[in-house]
Amino acid sequence: MKRVLIAVVWGYFALLLIGPVAYVCAQAFDGGVPAFWNEVTKPEAVHGFWLTAKITLIVVVANVAFGTATALVLARQRFRGQTFFSGLIDLPFAISPVITGFMLILLFGPGTILGAFFGTMDVKILYAVPAMVLVTLFVTFPFVVREVTPILQAVGTDSEEAARTLGASEWQTFLRVTLPAIRWGVIYGATLTIARAIGEFGAVLVVSGNILLLTQTATLHIYQSYVDFNYLGAYAVAVVLLSISFMILMLLEVAKARSADASGAEPVSP
Amino acid sequence: MTTKIQVRSVSKRFGDVEVVSNVSFSVGEGELLGLLGPSGSGKTTVLRIIAGLESPTTGDIFLDGLRVNDVPVQERNIGFVFQHYALFKHMTVFENVAFGLKIKRRSKADVRARVAELLELMGLSGLTDRYPRQLSGGQRQRVAIARALAPRPRVLLLDEPFGAVDAQVRQELREWLIRLHHDLNVTSLFVTHDQEEAMEVSDRLIVFSKGHVDQIGTPAEVYEEPATEFVARFIGSMNIVEAEVKGGLARVRELEFPVPHADDGRRIRIGFRPYYVKISEDPLHFRQHARLRHIYFLGVAYRLEIETDTGLIFRSRMNKEEFRQRRFEVGQRVSYAITQFRVLPEDQGAGYSSRPLAEGPLTP
Amino acid sequence: MTSHALSGLALRSAAIGYVLCLVLIPLLAIGVQSLEHGAGKFLEDIRQPQAAAALVLTIKAALVTTIINAAFGTLSAWVLVRYTFPGRALLNALVDLPFAVPTLVAGLMIAALYGPTSPLGALLQRGGIEVLYNFPGITLAMLFVTMPFTIRALQPVLMELERDQEEAAYTLGATAWQAFRRVTIPAVLPGLLTGIFLTFVRALGEFGAVVIVAGNIPLKTQVAPVYVYGEIESYNAQGATSVSVVVLLVSFLALMLLERLTRPPGERLPAIFKTSRAGRPLRKSPQPATR
Repeated sequence: MKRVLIAVVWGYFALLLIGPVAYVCAQAFDGGVPAFWNEVTKPEAVHGFWLTAKITLIVVVANVAFGTATALVLARQRFRGQTFFSGLIDLPFAISPVITGFMLILLFGPGTILGAFFGTMDVKILYAVPAMVLVTLFVTFPFVVREVTPILQAVGTDSEEAARTLGASEWQTFLRVTLPAIRWGVIYGATLTIARAIGEFGAVLVVSGNILLLTQTATLHIYQSYVDFNYLGAYAVAVVLLSISFMILMLLEVAKARSADASGAEPVSP
Repeated sequence: MTTKIQVRSVSKRFGDVEVVSNVSFSVGEGELLGLLGPSGSGKTTVLRIIAGLESPTTGDIFLDGLRVNDVPVQERNIGFVFQHYALFKHMTVFENVAFGLKIKRRSKADVRARVAELLELMGLSGLTDRYPRQLSGGQRQRVAIARALAPRPRVLLLDEPFGAVDAQVRQELREWLIRLHHDLNVTSLFVTHDQEEAMEVSDRLIVFSKGHVDQIGTPAEVYEEPATEFVARFIGSMNIVEAEVKGGLARVRELEFPVPHADDGRRIRIGFRPYYVKISEDPLHFRQHARLRHIYFLGVAYRLEIETDTGLIFRSRMNKEEFRQRRFEVGQRVSYAITQFRVLPEDQGAGYSSRPLAEGPLTP
Repeated sequence: MTSHALSGLALRSAAIGYVLCLVLIPLLAIGVQSLEHGAGKFLEDIRQPQAAAALVLTIKAALVTTIINAAFGTLSAWVLVRYTFPGRALLNALVDLPFAVPTLVAGLMIAALYGPTSPLGALLQRGGIEVLYNFPGITLAMLFVTMPFTIRALQPVLMELERDQEEAAYTLGATAWQAFRRVTIPAVLPGLLTGIFLTFVRALGEFGAVVIVAGNIPLKTQVAPVYVYGEIESYNAQGATSVSVVVLLVSFLALMLLERLTRPPGERLPAIFKTSRAGRPLRKSPQPATR
């Protein structure tokens, strides 16, 4: 009985995960390595990688900073509306990326206050990189917060209080005591953020205008290739992203294990 | 007294490790029996074998005279209290205690009555609708016991019942268990590594060491007449010296113990309880001399630690009245005598030997 | 005010400000927009055949996905926790794969393997099963992205379920089946429910994976997010808004229901403090029993 169950699970994983990945990797090299290389070094592809990297970097930095701050607030402070506040944090998980993009259009579109305001300053939000950064911030926001909050909760305030009695300022306490304790939780959350940011598609598709060589991220480039029937191109760039995904996956597993060791709290599944 | 439980030549092997070796004993109806030993001594495994949670590699278990080796745990009608309580976290106190009764398909009225009765007995009446996570350690323990007793089991088995609670709570629970056993008179077997606890609570106790039974007896017997060195060390405090036999005397440094039946040249271990080390501040009162190294106050008595002129260190125990009549000071020169001793047999595991080779006071 | 309290306040203001700007305001924007022309117009928009079809299709597909995910996810979690076998660590790591892979790439992979051009796809086609541009494809895409939810929600609960409780049930007279039904299942139920609800909500909103595999055939394979996208591209804010709001409402209701169902009785703290939304309790460092 046990063997049957294990076999069934293997089959499930093979059909759903392993098979598709393996097939696409094979297909990407269908025309040999030169064709593959050609596709991933095309100017549009390279621009896509660059843009994705840029957006991801900004988003990770912002969300780690604000995410950690929010986690500190949630775990260490008591204030009215806390339940509502923590509910807000979870919201981006429940919202479809297309709707996210749409909300941003409603906010910054030409007919709106914000849109007009930025228009007069000659700063393009929509159909430009800033909008793409904003939506990516939205969808990745919960990750760091949700990973760090339970750790802060589990670790407790003892060490921080000890540091204060020894004369450390708030900032010093944070840097030398709190941060090391939550380090791996932050890394785990940041890794999830990176994965999500790289993979973001629906929201950026809506707000970017998909302008070639200007607002086309790696995922948008894949979509473009597919729609233009350039399957090889789509697969090739997809395989590059997949390799990055695998590296991220490994980093996730490591960070997960270290995070559990360090604080005794298990990392939270996204 | 009728025999309620009989364990006959039970051994248990896990892989190639023999955890329980040829253990035999019986438990009388209404007895409160302690299984005492350090961790890894096999006592918990024996308990689980009696319960039916493990099966013996060899040997037999009898409950009420019937061989139950092939009877599954569900049908043995035993109550088991786990070390970490194993309460059903998703059920209230009421539902936990009622579980065994509901399995037996008792009527709702019966269940309610029986649960109420037990909760009252355990002092948990106000906690019926609480969940385990809302209870303190001591309360959880009592729920676990109530749950085990609800279906009126024929025996109650407890695995380290007081292991996971505070010292203060432990003391209370101990006294409470004794009272409970007295009221309900259920045959009970409990496992512990705490010798003080075993001594205080048990009618009889069994001392385990490395899978073997070293001694079975009442607390007094085990304390006064330890059958092996292990038992002597494990129960209470014991001064132990190694001596060589010559001419019917076991000698170690300046001490001589008469051992008329021992052969010359043998090395034997001599043990004597602190209570039998008598000390006097008058250096002429006893023959041997020592320096008073340390005085400990134990609440009920005093412990005096002396270092003999030849460098041996002994503990002595003296009650408060006697101590206060004398005048002792750390660093003082005192005289001492050992008024009772035992020769400690070395072998463990071959059952226990019946009498020591010699016992008696040394000539002062 | 002490420096501690002051910095606490500053921190709080910054965090609240960030969250408000980032999350609350966009939601308000869409809420306002939906009511711009009144509730009547709103309902009319939803009843448009294309919009209605998209909503119904999406909910149906999400439900089917949830059922399959629940069944196989529970099985996978059980096997991963209770058994050891070669490759177990690999399988366990693979569970996180859908979190690491871009959704578009996921759709691409599935379309490639199960579409008519691949040997597997051709085989299925001959057997009468069309995956691409069809209901099975939508379900498959949704299944890929939601696969980890039930597994990751169940694993920790299963691990926490000490054998003690099962054994205690046995000593009280319960058979193996009775113990499973009365002790094991209730203990894992919160984890299972969490996995199920998260799967449903995620599947509802999935765009990247579905858009490739399903294509965009109105009234047939057009899921709600794809419909919304179409409306946005056609500058039809009304159509986009109404369907978006319905999807949002369904999602929020589902999550609130989940919160209600899985809140441990007697608990008042919001879930984010004690458990993940995957319902996973924290493994706390050992505490003395009296705490």
